[in-house]
Amino acid sequence: MKVLVPVKRVIDYNVKVRVKADNTGVDLANVKMSMNPFDEIAVEEAIRLKEAGKAEEIVAVSIGVKQAQETLRTALAMGADRAILIEAADDVGTDIEPLAVAKLLKAVIDEEQPGLVLCGKQAIDNDMNATGQMLAALLGWSQATFASKLEIEDGSAKVTREVDGGLQVIKVKMPAIVSVDLRLNEPRYASLPNIMKAKKKPLDTKTPADYGVDVSPRLAVLKVEEPPARKAGVKVGSVAELVEKLKNEAGVI
Amino acid sequence: MHFGLTEEQEMIVSTVRSFVENEIYPHENEVERTGEVPLAVAEAIKAKTLELGFYACNFPEEVGGAGLSHLEFALVERELGRGSMALTHFFGRPQNILMACKGEQRERYLLPAVRGERMDALAMTEPDAGSDVRGMKTFARRDGGDWVINGTKHFISGADHADFVIVFVATGEDQTPKAPKKRITCFLVDRGTPGFTIRHGYNSVSHRGYKNMILEFDDCRLPDAQVLGEVDGGFDVMNEWLYATRITVATMSVGRARRVFDHALSYSAERKQFGQQIGKFQGISFQLADMITEIDAADWLTLASAWRLDQGLPANREIASAKLYASEMLARITDAAIQIHGGMGLMDDLPLARFWRDARVERIWDGTSEIQRHIISREMLRPLGA
Ligand SMILES: Cc1cc2nc3c(=O)[nH]c(=O)nc-3n(C[C@H](O)[C@H](O)[C@H](O)COP(=O)(O)OP(=O)(O)OC[C@H]3O[C@@H](n4cnc5c(N)ncnc54)[C@H](O)[C@@H]3O)c2cc1C
Repeated sequence: MKVLVPVKRVIDYNVKVRVKADNTGVDLANVKMSMNPFDEIAVEEAIRLKEAGKAEEIVAVSIGVKQAQETLRTALAMGADRAILIEAADDVGTDIEPLAVAKLLKAVIDEEQPGLVLCGKQAIDNDMNATGQMLAALLGWSQATFASKLEIEDGSAKVTREVDGGLQVIKVKMPAIVSVDLRLNEPRYASLPNIMKAKKKPLDTKTPADYGVDVSPRLAVLKVEEPPARKAGVKVGSVAELVEKLKNEAGVI
Repeated sequence: MHFGLTEEQEMIVSTVRSFVENEIYPHENEVERTGEVPLAVAEAIKAKTLELGFYACNFPEEVGGAGLSHLEFALVERELGRGSMALTHFFGRPQNILMACKGEQRERYLLPAVRGERMDALAMTEPDAGSDVRGMKTFARRDGGDWVINGTKHFISGADHADFVIVFVATGEDQTPKAPKKRITCFLVDRGTPGFTIRHGYNSVSHRGYKNMILEFDDCRLPDAQVLGEVDGGFDVMNEWLYATRITVATMSVGRARRVFDHALSYSAERKQFGQQIGKFQGISFQLADMITEIDAADWLTLASAWRLDQGLPANREIASAKLYASEMLARITDAAIQIHGGMGLMDDLPLARFWRDARVERIWDGTSEIQRHIISREMLRPLGA
């Protein structure tokens, strides 16, 4: 089985995000960029499937600016076998919308015919949580979102999903789209020999035109603002005071 | 000229950085409080480093290392420099001098060291011989076909965990017009060899948990097979292999300075006095400007000296300059970072006082600042006959 893993280059989760002075977006100049953490979990899961003999090949795909090549190299250094970069923007500030990403991925999948797509449940930059679902709809494949456990069986996948009320176990027919959640696994560090080998693994570069997909935006961002600053907390002197404040100020009990 | 890192080098840096942040930082406070590295923590760090193929990455591939260039190794150590030395010690980097092992020494010392099965330490310094290495008193005399060693070494880092020690010992003396000059030989000495004891040394203000030990030789008998390099060739192996270790001090100083700087920078943007962030006072902001300038200068000086080694260019003066400048830069940066934090900078709730204490040794070990200045000036003046 071939596993396809889409990976996105996003602002590093450790970076303190700053909104641009003109409120058009987030300041990305000189900011550390990394692989979306949920995508790292997806890559790790794919590698584990391969190590367990359940997958033969792992293909990583990234859609974005040229620099997304670094993100793909990271996936290759972790253990993916080859990579496809779809250069869809020149400006690091351009975000390709989920529907365009899903259409491009569908085109790649039509060519590659993977048995499983493992993707992050969302990218930590825009928190859309949409690409996997849209892709499943475009392909007409089964989908299992928010996976915290994945077991591949004959022709199907048993997926434990993190839902609001607890855990839900479902069985989906393959081929399937599985979007992964935080607790699925802990991604490995790239080993030094794999870092050195990553350069030698194939990385194809394509454009949206190669797949006949239009990536022009359908959404307009009106304004980006900082979330309101949190107010400082207060110290309470006694349990009685705490209860009083929870009742009358916070109104939660 | 090109100042960028390759994709591989970027990945090496980011991998070691995450390793230090995730596997080293969480244990630092405990090591600092107790002065000990818990055995389980040490073993876990070592096992993970081995698994990632970073153990002994400074060794060539033919002996099982990763064959990193001097520049790449400096990048690894720069990231390691951010973390506690007591802990990063187990991100093993055996002494390169083990490449001088010959014949069965390779099976007994070099290869097990690279595989992480045996740990090493290196001993030159003695109570009466520090900067003046050749003034050492530890002496080996011939007895039959063997050597019998007597003397004391001190300040020997990592000897508490070492399975064997690389020891420099006097094996004779030549008369020269100026003064008698000792001949030095390098020996490999196993822990447990009769007549050889490793005992606790002093408590250092820098790098708690990274211990320095005292080695005692009392009629310690060694066969010729324990000689590393040639008899009386100690200075040759030293010059061939220990030349580059000063880059370690320089690059670790740079890594640590960057960690310290991040604390100073974010505190300047957060802490408010007189109704505004202290970073808005020029007295603070100009300090930050000077700090980052010095850190970058030390970084480039260090990487350039490592690069020269990779190019096979003479690098003795450049390495000495890097070691001198980076270690003195770290002292200024750690001091300024405390000043920027005010009183809180001194409290052990923050790591700044620790960085400040740790910085102190960098100007002393691997050749004091004075010795580096001596090397730098002699390289320039000797050719002029001065
Ligand atoms: C924590 C720690 C760990 C160490 N680990 C090791 C180790 O693992 N292995 C090992 O072999 N050694 C180790 N050392 C020893 C270290 O390399 C020596 O401390 C260093 O070389 C200086 O020697 P010294 O301390 O005897 O000082 P000295 O040489 O006595 O120097 C005293 C002062 O005189 C100055 N001075 C000396 N000669 C000159 C000169 N010619 N011109 C101008 N000034 C001069 C020095 O710069 C210094 O300021 C360690 C030291 C410390 C503190």
